[in-house]
Amino acid sequence: MAKPLLATAAFTGCFGCHMSLLDIDDRILKLVELVEFDKSPINDIKTFSRPVDVGLLEGGISNDENVEQLRLFRENCKILISVGQCAITGGVPAMRNTVPLKECFEEAYLRGPSVVDGVLPNDPDIPILLDKVYPCHEVVKIDYFLPGCPPSADTLWAALTALLTGKDMGLPYELIKYD
Amino acid sequence: MSEDTITILIDGKAIQAEPGQTIMQAADAAGLYIPRLCGHKDLPPGGHCRVCTVKVNGRPASACTFPAVEGQVIESDTDEINTLRRTVIEMLFVEGNHTCPACEASGNCELQALGYRLGLVATELPYLNVPREMDASHKDVYIDRGRCVLCGRCVRASKLVDGKTVFGFAGRGIGKRVAVDAEHALSETAMSATDKAASICPTGCLVVKGKGWATPVGKRDYDTMPIGSDIEQQAAG
Repeated sequence: MAKPLLATAAFTGCFGCHMSLLDIDDRILKLVELVEFDKSPINDIKTFSRPVDVGLLEGGISNDENVEQLRLFRENCKILISVGQCAITGGVPAMRNTVPLKECFEEAYLRGPSVVDGVLPNDPDIPILLDKVYPCHEVVKIDYFLPGCPPSADTLWAALTALLTGKDMGLPYELIKYD
Repeated sequence: MSEDTITILIDGKAIQAEPGQTIMQAADAAGLYIPRLCGHKDLPPGGHCRVCTVKVNGRPASACTFPAVEGQVIESDTDEINTLRRTVIEMLFVEGNHTCPACEASGNCELQALGYRLGLVATELPYLNVPREMDASHKDVYIDRGRCVLCGRCVRASKLVDGKTVFGFAGRGIGKRVAVDAEHALSETAMSATDKAASICPTGCLVVKGKGWATPVGKRDYDTMPIGSDIEQQAAG
């Protein structure tokens, strides 16, 4: 039987959840035995070449490119897992949600104390920001959630191996955290 | 055992209670933890948060205020009630601006700890994202109302323990907020960092400045043991 395919995405986050995945140390060799990586920043594969079994999502949804990519993941992955607080709640980037977008832009690019000759970015190549940072599950259906900032390497390893071997996740108390 | 002792049944277990005790006091003494958020051992019960809701003879009641009465049949640790409690916690999360990764109360926060204990893995209700006022005017204490759960602990502690009445509630419904007894800000009140009110907040709303992140991750209150473990262990040991 072919190995299950794993894809990962980094939306609006800090890449810390991906770093935590790498933090499983030598277990990464076992992970490579268990799965094959498809589209992911880890191997720099940019497009889905075939249907994927599991998609790990890091980061919240803050711009039109995030929305497009997340929908692409939903179309191509059987199971989607929101990994970390940004994917689950919007996280630290969502702290802008209580401030109108226009004010955020003006503070960052026009009025901020370190701004000199400020100008609002308006390049067609830059993704357009949404009014707010949204959790992934407010854009597409999400199957599982793994909280943490980031979820620890042990949490990711326990959850992934349980999922890939068909066992009950039953994560112990210490592995479910919001920070 | 005196003649006055009352026997109540919590989740099928017979518990002895003294007359005048609440259901929660009797349960605590017997080592049965009933989740609570607005309640605090050094304050009279508030009955605000409804996290301690139990079913008394089939009817919902808050365990912190409801007196223990002979023969009561009480349900507490059931799927139905824990689901309700979890939903209350989830609503408190999405109504406020609780960004755990950026909060210095994280790890010692009772709202967060109740989320852990009750199995809240993800907040799936939509966030309200309401801007809430911050007050950093005081030299030793700040208020971040985005993290307030309206438990009223600071209100009760300031009035009943500190004798100052620095805090009160203003507004109603979703607009309800903790207000200070001053024209403008906390700095104009009699608030002191040594007040009971300064150290009794269950979340990171009312915080003594300059103490954040003093405890390393892994050694904070709820890193390894669920909230309520002290009550369960006290009776067991």
